[in-house]
Amino acid sequence: MSIRQLELEVMRYDPEQDEVPRFQKYSVPCEEDWAILDALNYIKENVDTTLAYRWSCHMMVCGSCGMMVNGEPSLTCKTFVRDLPDRVRIEPLENFPIERDLVVVQDDVIEKFQKANLYIVRKDDPPPDDTEYTQSRGALYKFKQYTMCVNCMCCYAACPQYALDSSFIGPAVLALAHRYNLDSRDQGKSDRLNILADHDGVWECSFVGACSEVCPKSVDPAAAIQQMKVDGAIEWWKQKLPGGKP
Amino acid sequence: MSSQPYVRPISKTTWYMRNGRYKRYMLREVTCLLVGFYCFLAIWGLAALAGGPDHWNSFLESQQNLLMVSVHAISLIYFLIYMTFDWFKLAPKAMPVQLGEKKLPDRIIVIGHYVAWAFISLFVFWLAGVLT
Repeated sequence: MSIRQLELEVMRYDPEQDEVPRFQKYSVPCEEDWAILDALNYIKENVDTTLAYRWSCHMMVCGSCGMMVNGEPSLTCKTFVRDLPDRVRIEPLENFPIERDLVVVQDDVIEKFQKANLYIVRKDDPPPDDTEYTQSRGALYKFKQYTMCVNCMCCYAACPQYALDSSFIGPAVLALAHRYNLDSRDQGKSDRLNILADHDGVWECSFVGACSEVCPKSVDPAAAIQQMKVDGAIEWWKQKLPGGKP
Repeated sequence: MSSQPYVRPISKTTWYMRNGRYKRYMLREVTCLLVGFYCFLAIWGLAALAGGPDHWNSFLESQQNLLMVSVHAISLIYFLIYMTFDWFKLAPKAMPVQLGEKKLPDRIIVIGHYVAWAFISLFVFWLAGVLT
């Protein structure tokens, strides 16, 4: 297997020593089937054990290894060395505070995930223990694409709206909320829209579409947001009609 | 969490220069200036119409010079690229159609928009007396 020498410029930040982040260069002998995450692991194991970054599964499931690779929000486990030039710049995800090196503070988005009722809400009595909520395949396909989100937060790093105003709920939370809104078993859409079709919700989105372009799982959060705008408008009019719920 | 997370500064005025994706978005959004210009033009035209034949004819004359014809031609091309083509391309995202287990291909929704556009244009031309 041939080896290719890759020049990596990695952003480093030690909160106890650095005022601002700096770049450190590493020359890494990469095997042809390596992803950028393999190159980082090589540095960590052979060159510099102090380098901090998140990863877990190396198979596009855990969503931990999101970073900026040559300015593009990417899952480093699916960004292959063979698709990149000889010099690669790696930075922590944009639009998040840097905790250390390539690790970002995610608290803001995690709080937003918790706020948005991202679970199936039932308002009727629970069914007997031996029954299930059934769902047709057609009903499943309505939202299946949105279940693919791995919470890597690449979409937040790509979203200029979130960059300029972090009160915006943001793409991944809205895409997942839409997933539950479309679920035939769910009865919480109206409550969810009260939170998500508000000022910091879907209407903050100006449809740049960057979230969908960078999404490593093809979730298409921009589509979810535009559909929620339609839903939110319909819900608003329903409330205004005679007999509508306030 | 560390005691000093570093927050990278972002410019409120030049953020869109960061990448080509944002620049293309701004080129689309800048069409709002043209929309504003045409609103102004429509109000001016209506006021001229209300003012009588002389006012209306002088309004029409004011549009019939190289500068204004160029402005209208450039605006038309700009609107076609950044409003019609761009928004029609994005329409399937906002209004997906699912039939049973299959999603209607995006292409069909986009073509539907073009067909509707053609029919509405024909109607407007007929209304304006261009088509008899």
